[in-house]
Amino acid sequence: CVSMLQLPLVVTAQVDVVLLLVSFLSLWTRLTQLGYPNAVVFDEVYYGQFVSLYMKRVFFIDDSGPPLGHMILALGAYLGGFDGNFVWNRIGAEYPSSVSVVGLRLLPAVCGSLCVPLVYLLTLELRFSHLAALGAAVLLLLENSLIVQSRFMLLESVLIFFLLLAAFSYLRFHNAAPHRVKYMGVFSYLLLLGVASLHTWNLIGDRTLSVCVQCVCRAVCLLVVPLLLYVFWFYVHLTLLHRSGPHDQLMSSAFQASLEGGLSRITQGQPLEVAYGSQVTLRSSASQPIPCWLHSHKVNYPIRYENGRGSSHQQQVTCYPFKDVNNWWIIKDPDRQDLVVSSPPRPVRHGDVIQLLHGMTSRFLNSHDVAAPMSPHSQEVSGYIDFNVSMPAQNLWRVDVLNREAESESWKTILSDVRLVHVNTSAVLKLSGVSLPDWGFRQLEVVAEKHFKSQSVGWTVEEHRYGTSQEQKEREAELHSPTHIDVDRKISFWAKFLELQWKMLTVKLEDSEHKYSSSPLEWVTMETNIAYWLHSSTNAQIHLIGNPVSWGVANLSLLAYQLLAAIYLLRRRRGFKDLPDGAWCQFVCLGCVCVGGWLVNFVPFLLMEKTLFLYHYLPALCYLHLLTPALLEHTHTHLLSRATHRRALCVCVTAVLVSVFLSYRTFCPLTYGSPELSANQLQGLKWRDSWDILYRRR
Amino acid sequence: MAKEECITQWNKTGDTSTLRNRKIFPTSEKTLQTPSTLLSKDKNSQNAGHTQCSNGTSAQLLAREKFSKDPPTRVLLMLVVGLSFSTRLYKITEPPHVCWDETHFGKMGSYYINRTFFFDVHPPLGKMLIGLAGYMTGYDGTFPFIKPGDKYKHHNYWGMRGFCAALGSCLPIFAYLIVLELSQSHSAALITAILLIFDTGFITISQYILLDPILMFFIMAAVLSMVKFNQQRCSPFAASWWLWLVLTGANLAGALGVKFVGLFVILLVGLNTVWDLWRLLGDLSLSLVEIAKHFLARVVGLILLPLFLYVTIFAIHFVVLNKSGPGDGFFSSAFQSRLIGNNLHNASMPEYLAYGSTITVKNLRIAGGYLHSHWHLYPEGVGARQQQVTAYLHKDYNNLWLVHRQDANESQSGTPDLVRHGDIIRLEHKETTRNLHGHLHEAPLTKKHFQVTGYGINGTGDTNDLWQVEVCGGQNGDLVKVLRSKVRFLHRATGCVLYSSGKTLPKWGWEQVEVTCSPYLKETPSSQWNIEDHINPKLPNISLSVLKPHFLEILLESHIVMIRGNSGLKPKDNEMNSKPWHWPINYQGLRFSGVNDTEYRVYLLGNPVVWWMNLASLGLYPIMVAVVSIAIQRGFSLSQKRIEHSHVLMREGGLLLFGWLLHYAPFYTMGRVLYYHHYFPAMLFSSMLTGITFDILLKSTDLILRPPYSDRLQTLGQMVLLFSVLYSFYLFHPLSYGMTGPLAHEPGSTMAGLKWMDSWEF
Repeated sequence: CVSMLQLPLVVTAQVDVVLLLVSFLSLWTRLTQLGYPNAVVFDEVYYGQFVSLYMKRVFFIDDSGPPLGHMILALGAYLGGFDGNFVWNRIGAEYPSSVSVVGLRLLPAVCGSLCVPLVYLLTLELRFSHLAALGAAVLLLLENSLIVQSRFMLLESVLIFFLLLAAFSYLRFHNAAPHRVKYMGVFSYLLLLGVASLHTWNLIGDRTLSVCVQCVCRAVCLLVVPLLLYVFWFYVHLTLLHRSGPHDQLMSSAFQASLEGGLSRITQGQPLEVAYGSQVTLRSSASQPIPCWLHSHKVNYPIRYENGRGSSHQQQVTCYPFKDVNNWWIIKDPDRQDLVVSSPPRPVRHGDVIQLLHGMTSRFLNSHDVAAPMSPHSQEVSGYIDFNVSMPAQNLWRVDVLNREAESESWKTILSDVRLVHVNTSAVLKLSGVSLPDWGFRQLEVVAEKHFKSQSVGWTVEEHRYGTSQEQKEREAELHSPTHIDVDRKISFWAKFLELQWKMLTVKLEDSEHKYSSSPLEWVTMETNIAYWLHSSTNAQIHLIGNPVSWGVANLSLLAYQLLAAIYLLRRRRGFKDLPDGAWCQFVCLGCVCVGGWLVNFVPFLLMEKTLFLYHYLPALCYLHLLTPALLEHTHTHLLSRATHRRALCVCVTAVLVSVFLSYRTFCPLTYGSPELSANQLQGLKWRDSWDILYRRR
Repeated sequence: MAKEECITQWNKTGDTSTLRNRKIFPTSEKTLQTPSTLLSKDKNSQNAGHTQCSNGTSAQLLAREKFSKDPPTRVLLMLVVGLSFSTRLYKITEPPHVCWDETHFGKMGSYYINRTFFFDVHPPLGKMLIGLAGYMTGYDGTFPFIKPGDKYKHHNYWGMRGFCAALGSCLPIFAYLIVLELSQSHSAALITAILLIFDTGFITISQYILLDPILMFFIMAAVLSMVKFNQQRCSPFAASWWLWLVLTGANLAGALGVKFVGLFVILLVGLNTVWDLWRLLGDLSLSLVEIAKHFLARVVGLILLPLFLYVTIFAIHFVVLNKSGPGDGFFSSAFQSRLIGNNLHNASMPEYLAYGSTITVKNLRIAGGYLHSHWHLYPEGVGARQQQVTAYLHKDYNNLWLVHRQDANESQSGTPDLVRHGDIIRLEHKETTRNLHGHLHEAPLTKKHFQVTGYGINGTGDTNDLWQVEVCGGQNGDLVKVLRSKVRFLHRATGCVLYSSGKTLPKWGWEQVEVTCSPYLKETPSSQWNIEDHINPKLPNISLSVLKPHFLEILLESHIVMIRGNSGLKPKDNEMNSKPWHWPINYQGLRFSGVNDTEYRVYLLGNPVVWWMNLASLGLYPIMVAVVSIAIQRGFSLSQKRIEHSHVLMREGGLLLFGWLLHYAPFYTMGRVLYYHHYFPAMLFSSMLTGITFDILLKSTDLILRPPYSDRLQTLGQMVLLFSVLYSFYLFHPLSYGMTGPLAHEPGSTMAGLKWMDSWEF
């Protein structure tokens, strides 16, 4: 192998052959029998839902990340002719013949295959030999976990591909510094693609940025272009998804109104300006704990609560998270008796004093100096009933339009955020965030509070119509009928974009422990596996299990690098230069890319409180596989001076490669799901006690 | 590097007119003009560095001597001391009732006086000192501290408050000294001291029986000693060098001994030390032996000594608290047996587990809790809707279980049979008569495990109620020793093992700990239990001497219990919890006392002018550093004064900024419930940074104006700063010293117009 390292020109001719061979092998391992199993495998059940929603153009929120990954999967599905008509509800469910399974899985698989040649090129860019590059490619090629993760409709392979591509492009650009202008276009173009994996990308961008001080262009490329692209993908996302869907309720009224068929179906044609006599539903603009509407019903507060405190025993006012006819309120002028909108309508403006009449029970919204049921520091809010106990009605409310600078002084449907201030006590109507006990049907408590925090005090009119019936009976019928009349509402892309960003940061979809979830520290030693799929009648199964030998080697090389680096650093500090400057730079660069890449892809998980799985470790693992051969080459050229030692190293490397291949072969049945193994053979594959391998009892 | 240090020292200290004129100092001129090259290529100057160091030292010592005898230093220091103590001790006994967390820490101080064992999530030093202060000033430990608002009446509480206030008064003084040491500028130090002295937040938090003033005292003392130690680098191994090293170590132990937040300052000192050692290692004139000496000295002073002190604190804690109290249940049976008054202290009970006995079963995981059940069912959607089985940390009658045979017929007379390894038993919950039951449903939190429930009535159930007893390390036929045997319960039907996962159940489970049945049969403390109480009237009681635990075991156990307790403090659903980003903008304070307009109200809120100044300086600092470093990078020739400024700004400012980050950023990753007062240690660093930043900013006025005007502008700026802080303190002082009457937004309030943010609650 020494001679190989010293053949500059002949090697270049060989590169393409090796690269082609590696790519071919990679495609072969990842693409054969892509349609098997013809069933939903593990997280396909999760991503599949989003793909279907894309196909149907239905809006959704996913807190796991920016939408590009989902879009790529959807693109594959679209090209494969998938129409979105499949119910993703169960792992192991068979796909009908109408679904093109290969189509769904092809793009991730291709991305996964391309990682192998990319690693080859990346090693070359780090200025290591072709042999080291080949070694890295082989390690990646024979990594069972990467093969499994690439072969299904999952995002990790796409993410890894873009990560490696970004690292590669930057190094390519850096090495080609004299021809900067020429490569700039290529670089930024590749960068466009790299933006996909934004979170990780930013870290790499920042780290590499420190190298360049003078060139603003780089900053533009590394910061502005990604940012623009990020926005662009959201633009595409929001343009594609214009129908209402399952996550509508999380968004503001204005956002929902912009979706086709959602709130807009109900609200289309509502009058814009709220007037005296309007019938409205009031939605709390606080999204904590859940979105809900101001509500009342024909049940009174209990005379005494569980803890012995007394109440006013007047009618309950709550906040209710579902649409209901009891959510309707009528806006009344305190000086007039009529409950219909006069013509022309008299709009309500900022600062006006109103009364709010509950549509179904005709009680006025009232508050007084009685402690609220669950939050004794706040005032109770009730539907006023006169019990003749010298407790006069205090039912006047002042309207404060909170966003009057941005919108207008008058109270508008959906657009205005309104604070209702109790005139007698200057307390503010708000959600306390606590649920009432059983007597309140577990609805949310509404209180009036003097010392409020600025959040959770706003209310928006969501459904709105002009009342026309003076009689109570007619009015009830009117309330039951759906709203209609015409006006169209739109909000700008930027408003939608920002709202979506905010929601993605704050929304927590239920997270609980999963049967196969694991903690980051278990990943390094591969304590756990994930069962992806089990045949419905036989023992054939697919598991996410890495190649144990190469994981061990990867961990060893990580340790070795750190040890070596520490020794080098200490010795250099004392003035001993073990390495020539060029080799030292190469060594440092290797550490920055590989160990740095491993760190930024691993350490953040230690701080996360999400449910985590073994596949989250795969990007970090790729960097370690990149490190191993390079480190061996370093040892070969700089640490071992005796020919016998070098030969011994070559032998060791060969032995390791052979054992990597053997262990790859051993785990193949669990990687590809065929052939079926007997219970004994499966038992034999359980190399660790903590692995869950499934057997069918027959 | 060493050379450069000393030269800057020399130049800084000689900041008088005579020395300023001596610009042409042959060696310093060259080095000072190229600080950037020095920073990166320190090797060049290293050889010369050592000799320079000794030269520099004598000059520096001379200057230092002169410096400390400088009358303004003393006067200013006395002024700072006087103001600091007077602001904090003013109205110290007001209000004469329990405020906010005094209910906890005062109570714990009383526990020390009464020698009752308790459990708290913080290490003991702070509470020990509070207890000591109370003891010395005649407090007898009898006040119950039940809830905030309780009147102290005749109890002597002023001593404990005064002690905390005295430590809190040291903070501005320490800050003054630190900044003076770092920047050698009186004005910077004075700005810092004024910011801290007149901050209502610091006054309030210092005036009550709390851990925070004690914690911050140790943090600041540690930083001050560290800075002083850094200044001694030119005379290594001298007496003063050792003194500051030891003081640093002692204060670190103190900080960690009060709260775990002390870890952050340990990190700060640690990294500073690593950097220092790295510098020494690069000094090729030092032999490896000398470097080893340096290294060992720091290991002794900064690791071994603090560790020893920290362990000593715990030793005192365990020696003092020798009576049984509210914290017993958190600890293992062995630990409890050493507490006077605990039922395990000199316990006597039947020695071997027998059928028909009433027992409590304790998990062997540290703070594992007792096997527990209660009438409540698992809620809809969580496994089968049967009765909950949990692990509970407190002693309770619901922890009692009856031991039965597999078949219900028990011999009614004679001595009961003993349970042996391999026997199959049923455990019946004494209170609810349900059997301990397992089945193939997912456990509520640990989805890999199976659910454990209470099932059946009056002891009749099904085959899923059968458990096989296994003594760890035993064979068939071995007896089960109470308290001493480690027992596992294997579920007969599914083959899983009874397991306590340590995860806290949600509200429906009363935040008790989950109990599951684990299919993984590896022996871990989580799956091992011991029999703690054992009641069987038919058997003779034998006095059991439980193995007394080793001190280190107790230490480890109490730490794990504390860490669990800390991470278990999750925010409640209906509680408005404070977020870290609220803190620097002074978004919302804490009510210390009183809510309504009739009550005496104290509200913990920083002086907004001070806090927003700090916020501004946090923004200003990076900009100034960026400007300076770009200027240096581009090779502009700068005057000597500016180079000194840039040094102070980048190096010392960087240290303070780093301290701020260390005390602030980690809160973003914490899952536990957070409060406004957690920001105060970070705020100390932020204020010191403000002192340096504003001082240098004001001294750079000559960039825009010519000399006489620039000096005037500088004085004007300092005056504006001073008066705005003083005036805002005058406006906001009722926050600390108490308000009565209407609330701020109501008419006739003394605080009218001062509610600048809607979120403030006074």
